[in-house]
Amino acid sequence: MSTLNMLQAINATLRAELARDERVMVLGQDVGRLGGVFRATDGLLDEFGADRVVDMPLAEAAIVGASIGLAASGLVPVAELQFLGFSHQAFHQIGAQLARMRYRSQGRFPMPVVLRAPFGGGVRTPELHSEALEAQFVQSPGLAVVTPATPADAKGLLQTAVRSSDPVLFCEPLRGYRLVTGEVPDEDCPIPFGRSRVAREGDDVTIVAWSAAVQVAEKAADVLAEEGISVMVLDLRTLVPLDETGLIEAVAATGRCVVVHEAPLSAGFGAEVVATVNDGAFWSLEAPVARVAAPDTPYPPGRIEDLFVPTVARVVAAVRATVKAG
Amino acid sequence: MSTTRPAFTPQFMREDGDAAPWTVLRPDGQLEEGARPTLDDAQLREACELMLFSRAFDEKGFSLQRQGRFGTFSPVRGQEASVVGAAVALDPQRDWVVPQYRELPALLRQGLPLEQFMLTFLGDPRGGLAPEGVNVLPIQIGLAAQLPQAVGLAWGLARQGRDAVVLVFCGDGASSEGDFHEACNLAGTLGAPVVFLLQNNGWAISTPRSRQSAAVTLAARAPGYGIPGSLVDGNDLLAVHEVVSDAVGRARAGDGPSLVETLTYRLGDHNTADDARRYQPADELESWAPRDPIARVLAHLRSRDLWDDEHDAAVRARIGRRIDEAVRTVEGVEPPGVDHLFAHVGEELSPRLARQRADLIASVETR
Repeated sequence: MSTLNMLQAINATLRAELARDERVMVLGQDVGRLGGVFRATDGLLDEFGADRVVDMPLAEAAIVGASIGLAASGLVPVAELQFLGFSHQAFHQIGAQLARMRYRSQGRFPMPVVLRAPFGGGVRTPELHSEALEAQFVQSPGLAVVTPATPADAKGLLQTAVRSSDPVLFCEPLRGYRLVTGEVPDEDCPIPFGRSRVAREGDDVTIVAWSAAVQVAEKAADVLAEEGISVMVLDLRTLVPLDETGLIEAVAATGRCVVVHEAPLSAGFGAEVVATVNDGAFWSLEAPVARVAAPDTPYPPGRIEDLFVPTVARVVAAVRATVKAG
Repeated sequence: MSTTRPAFTPQFMREDGDAAPWTVLRPDGQLEEGARPTLDDAQLREACELMLFSRAFDEKGFSLQRQGRFGTFSPVRGQEASVVGAAVALDPQRDWVVPQYRELPALLRQGLPLEQFMLTFLGDPRGGLAPEGVNVLPIQIGLAAQLPQAVGLAWGLARQGRDAVVLVFCGDGASSEGDFHEACNLAGTLGAPVVFLLQNNGWAISTPRSRQSAAVTLAARAPGYGIPGSLVDGNDLLAVHEVVSDAVGRARAGDGPSLVETLTYRLGDHNTADDARRYQPADELESWAPRDPIARVLAHLRSRDLWDDEHDAAVRARIGRRIDEAVRTVEGVEPPGVDHLFAHVGEELSPRLARQRADLIASVETR
């Protein structure tokens, strides 16, 4: 075991995957000499050379489109989108192209492509750098949407992503890049997609979250524990594929559920969680499922983003209300 | 005393449009003065047969569509020299074609069975499968999206030491998309072995070329990407072949990408759902009829005694038999079902997808 932060875990995993399989390459804006704007690819250019760690023109659609062609040629591109907020410049290459190339070609061209993209708020970025757009990609059949919350999961899920023959959108919580540290196994530890993780055991209520919202939920659970409310925190880890069984069991175990996410409320992935709980755990519920999300407003400038992104206080209040209800 | 300095004028002015397209065969089928064909006699006859095949399939496809036996599809009519001339510049064993959707003869030359193409336009997902060893990507409906993909393919093949060139097709309409710019720009920076074949057929459905861009020629954009650009008579099989061969040769030699604009004309409807009479001026259409790319090659071949009535009849009969055979085959294919919604979405079916599949099968059976 080593104690690493998210960035260190991601960097070490990329290095190991580049060393493991020479078909793997890293490409994106500023990923070479600079090592990425967050340094996730630091040192990789020197170690693996400019053929395998490639600085690309500032053109998101070309980065994703070229990755499709690279994969068709037999390589395994791991592309960085500098921020998920800029993914719309490549949206047509992701949903309409990358995600469905295997289907379109009836299996001839699997797409072993990883798109890494930092996202999420709380670090006072300029406009369009913080948006939690993950739900927008859930309606791109063929694409896995992966949202690790811890360094160990970042490693294990990234290993699985790089080794998968299907495309993966790998959403990295930029707020947690350096803040979130944890024990990471030194050995190979690929984590299968579609397996949620109980981040914290509890009996009274289940908070469902992913990515940076998991830490918010855990802090809320600490506060609530002092009030005698025992909170289970379920980290979905991957939105596509969704661990339906794990979700339903976790909610059925407590009979109460609060979903937390950074994206705006309407049609956020929380809505899918609620519908899935309704489908599979309705008769176990003792209270309506609550959602704590951002309002349906544009992501605001930094000075008011703490009013927008779900806070510990809002989660605590929602859990209290859910526990009292019913 | 201060010296007077000339007033500023932009260094890069609007192009004057003087560039003349490269031609080899005149509309009457005679070679331009001093021109030498880059295809030998057998290759020329083969290319001509492929052009005739394409035209015959367009007619059959329209007729089948009108009878409800074929889906919406886009004929090649008028652009056969542009597509075939480019395709025959490739070596199908090692080179790749990345199509848009109006390039049937290029796909056939690469080895795609006609049945696969027909299945696609019958709305059958199984048509998307190009057999292993047939170097083509699937047909692209999202215009221009194929361009950065082709660059990535060429880049990847080169990186793996394959001696391959990628020929990617787009049209004057698609050249207005952002992906066109991103792809040409990326290809230039990488020196990727890709040839962008921009078929300027005058129309993007009903939108004329003049509405796509104020540029006099689209090939003139190439220097802006640091790559060579060529303008060629797209109804001249030999000219297209020569120019694309030149681009393929440079790509193969490691000298990077090229942009080739073929000046051609879509003779009629965009697709089987279109009615070009609503917008294509009759006199313009008539003015292109004498420049028909197939008539030009046939006149040339006949003038050199490489084609006679007997050969013509034999070729057309062979083409008819092959198309009829393909029609019979695809009409005998069992319609796709629920499995074809779920097969090839991913390597494995997730439990959630498996449940959706089971639910759908149950509901279909109940109905």
